[in-house]
Amino acid sequence: MAAMRSVSRLLSSRALSTTVKRGYAEEMSFTFASGNQIFYEAKSVRQVDVPSFSGSFGILPKHVPTLAVLKPGVVSVYENEGNVKKIFVSSGTVTINEDSSVQILAEEAHPVENIDASAARELLTKSQSQLSSAANDQAKAEAEIAVEVSEALVKAAE
Amino acid sequence: MLGRFGSAITAVAQNAPMQQQQRGMATLKAISIRLKSVKNIQKITQSMKMVSAAKYARAERDLKQVRSIGNGAKQFYEQAEIAPPPDAPQKLFIAITSDRGLCGAVHTSVARHIRTELGKDDKNIRIVCVGDKSRAILSRIYGNNIILSANEIGRLPPTFIDAAKLADAVLKSDYKFASGEIVYNRFKSVVSYETQTLPVYSLESVVTAPKLSIYDSLDDEVIKSYLEFSLASLLFYSMKEGACSEQSSRMTSMDNASKNAGEMIDKLTLTFNRTRQAVITRELIEIISGASAL
Repeated sequence: MAAMRSVSRLLSSRALSTTVKRGYAEEMSFTFASGNQIFYEAKSVRQVDVPSFSGSFGILPKHVPTLAVLKPGVVSVYENEGNVKKIFVSSGTVTINEDSSVQILAEEAHPVENIDASAARELLTKSQSQLSSAANDQAKAEAEIAVEVSEALVKAAE
Repeated sequence: MLGRFGSAITAVAQNAPMQQQQRGMATLKAISIRLKSVKNIQKITQSMKMVSAAKYARAERDLKQVRSIGNGAKQFYEQAEIAPPPDAPQKLFIAITSDRGLCGAVHTSVARHIRTELGKDDKNIRIVCVGDKSRAILSRIYGNNIILSANEIGRLPPTFIDAAKLADAVLKSDYKFASGEIVYNRFKSVVSYETQTLPVYSLESVVTAPKLSIYDSLDDEVIKSYLEFSLASLLFYSMKEGACSEQSSRMTSMDNASKNAGEMIDKLTLTFNRTRQAVITRELIEIISGASAL
């Protein structure tokens, strides 16, 4: 009797530990916040694709810890339920930590469907003319960034 | 015996109305002037309370959206266990206050936190003052430690661009700091806030952190941009927290001021009416005694 009880306890404890472990392996605590809105907060998602200056990459649970700087572009979030959400970001950072938590912090972010394509094209021509008329290095650099962002905006809106 | 006392009393009584008359007239006027000014003050404090209540509502709504940015930016420093290098004591303190006063002790508590740190060691600490209030408080004793100060804070809600400009100015300043702290008031509820700090690290202290090796594919350029952005987001977050606690604290202190003014008005009205009655009574006595003397 005593032996059986100890066995059963052993079994149950093992079952518990495996579930915890599996939970850890498949879960990703995903936070996506921008200056104007919170999109996800410590939510579990299947995959996240981000554009970064060191190349675009996808993040799955248990990704190796890393840091990256966001490039203007579209972040795609594959939710557990199967929907894909596309969100445009202007700039920001991606942090993937050891505990499989992912933070995307963006300066400005909006869902792609909210982008007005004609306004984006207008912005692009405006920033291009700004670039050509830039007087000093700083103004030129600022205009270059504006062109980059609006190019990405136009691409995202299409 | 009695007669002697009686004469003394009449002498006093004779003296008193004259004094009373002079003082009574003057006080009536003075009291009404004071009453009016206290009433005006109450109007001002009441409208300031209304204004800051509206601003507070907005600041709190904004703050809810920003909290996860602040927590997210802080997360990396905690996860990577970055600590200030022991051999580089240069520190930077960023005081998050605003230009406006009349909001309780929000600004002084930030300044006090920095002052205690400066009291321990004022050689290796430099200050960046955000908002005129912290500059006014800190420049009296530690004017030489201030390297930067920003104003025009508090009139409008802080934006990310403000924070980015500030972060840029801090990074471009020629002061080489190893670590630092952003001192701000964390908003807890309408009636309470807490002075807290957020960490700031230089590129060197992050690169030399022992736990950084677990992070994959990093080069200096990425870390540098990452730190710039994370400083901006931390500043943005702390400015939002500071603005929210400032407005809520102004709201409560203006509410208290209105209550106190109300109390003063009650007391002054009472004194005013009493004095007015005394003047009327005295005039009546004068008329009656004048008539009976005829």
